[in-house]
Amino acid sequence: MTKSPVIPGFLPTLGVTLFALSLIVLLPIVALFLRASGLDWHQFLAAAFSPRVLAAYRLSFGGALIAAAINSAAGLVVAWVLVRYDFPFRRLIDALVDLPFALPTAVAGIALTALYAPNGLFGEFLLRFGVTVAFTPLGVIVAMIFIGLPFVVRTVQPVLQDLAPEHEEAALSLGANPWQVFHRIILPAILPALVTGFALAFARGLGEYGSVIFIAGNMPFVSEIAPLLIVTKLEQYDYTGAAAIATVMLLVSFALLLIINSAQKWRQIRLSGG
Amino acid sequence: MVVWSLRPFLILLIFLTVGVGAGSATDLLNVSYDPTREFYQDYNLLFARLWKAQTGEALHIDQSHGGSGKQARSVIDGLEADVVTLALAYDIDAIAQQAGLLPADWQSRLPNNSSPYVSTIVFLVRKGNPKQIKDWDDLARPGVRVITPNPKTSGGARWNYLAAWAYADAHFNHDPAKIKGFLTALFKNVPVLDSGARGATTSFVQRGLGDVLVAWENEAFLAVEQLGKGQFEIVLPSLSILAEPPVAVIDKVVDRHHSRKEAEAYLQILYSPEAQELAAQHYYRPSDPAVADRYRDRFPAMPMTTIADLGGWQKMQHVHFADGALFDQVMGAVR
Repeated sequence: MTKSPVIPGFLPTLGVTLFALSLIVLLPIVALFLRASGLDWHQFLAAAFSPRVLAAYRLSFGGALIAAAINSAAGLVVAWVLVRYDFPFRRLIDALVDLPFALPTAVAGIALTALYAPNGLFGEFLLRFGVTVAFTPLGVIVAMIFIGLPFVVRTVQPVLQDLAPEHEEAALSLGANPWQVFHRIILPAILPALVTGFALAFARGLGEYGSVIFIAGNMPFVSEIAPLLIVTKLEQYDYTGAAAIATVMLLVSFALLLIINSAQKWRQIRLSGG
Repeated sequence: MVVWSLRPFLILLIFLTVGVGAGSATDLLNVSYDPTREFYQDYNLLFARLWKAQTGEALHIDQSHGGSGKQARSVIDGLEADVVTLALAYDIDAIAQQAGLLPADWQSRLPNNSSPYVSTIVFLVRKGNPKQIKDWDDLARPGVRVITPNPKTSGGARWNYLAAWAYADAHFNHDPAKIKGFLTALFKNVPVLDSGARGATTSFVQRGLGDVLVAWENEAFLAVEQLGKGQFEIVLPSLSILAEPPVAVIDKVVDRHHSRKEAEAYLQILYSPEAQELAAQHYYRPSDPAVADRYRDRFPAMPMTTIADLGGWQKMQHVHFADGALFDQVMGAVR
């Protein structure tokens, strides 16, 4: 059995993997670094770390982190409801979760803007409490939450499905309170999936352009995301400046994803060791 | 995350789309900017009919629209445009300088700085003009909300900004500190900086944002006569700018496609009375005096400065729009 697996052996699969990764992932990144390397150190600092660019990083990274955190909590609840309860239209709601994947991002952006604009359905209501969402940093976070939610739900859902309710029942019968059950039984089991979902939602929010751009307001220093600054530089034929900002975003997000992944590894080792 | 290295991707895209049709002399690609969509749809039909009558050759014209700067960048990156019809000369200059696809003196090849139709910058206000907006200084008043796109990304917004600057320059007697103060007060009143002219129109018309939209005259007419009949009024400021959207044949591309004859005729016929009439119907100011005369009521004469008066696009780019130049300083002060 093991001698003839369904998928061809190690060498062909590794070959295909490396080829596909190089063509689709590595090549554009190399092109990006080559572009940015056209700048000397001072020009690079000026292009990638001017006050306006720093403000945009703050909004992009901060907004994506907040949105991913909210998505982790909300996504967990959605996954829980879909796995643990049977109710009318459950399958329909299950399918709805994927909609942000399928919807063209510009459509999502325009729809969100129409809803949250001061003359929109939600916007008009929120305005009564003095809250404006569209054309503020808050709008950026709303768009990032919208596009990030399915990542958390879809990573946590299968793990919850495998988690037998008997474990919780056993804990409860041994006298654990609901918080202890969640904290000691459920959370450890789903944490790796939840962290992966968080990381995916974060990365997606960070790179998102289409849906955010319509609702953001795009004011420099206030509601301007880093991807917009990259596009702005390109509109000015400043390819190297755009590549400089892109390089910083790429390196920082790669570092963050690496930290998240290694934290997970470390935890697994600790768990299996202790 | 999205990797912002567009060139390999673009080349692939072009290979897949345009590359298929390249080489056929009876195909023309017109790469244009955003609000010309409707005009060129009509003009392409007119031109194909005239060309067929004149030469017997059936001609197929494709058109591509988007932000002017973005379109120019696509051509630089290899989009096989036979002709470009963009929002400002600076973008065609960039194609000449960065990719060498046409000579630097391209703008002198056709009449009127290669601009067959022109426009200007006007104000669009809500019905009855509740905030009593009459001129540029009203836009800098506290409590007035102004919608204008980002001049860094939008060709139309550059015309808006330069018209405001020209007014301030005349009004404050060339005093740089006062001009900057005026622009700062004006941009303090801007709640949303859309990336393109069409986006700004949407913010003002559909989202109900702002008291005044600074816009292309043709875009303002579109809002008044089609998007929201009876909801808006056009206000002409005391001074504006002659907005010249130029056209050019991309020499290197037409030589490769053997389509020079067709491409040159396509642009020359833009100056014909029939095409001029069509442009006027689409709210562009015609350059043909006889046609302009017929549309005098729609396009009243008004004082306008020109980009040549101001010193040309290269200078304007350097003084106003480059990173760290006046517009960036104004936005820094707004904060």
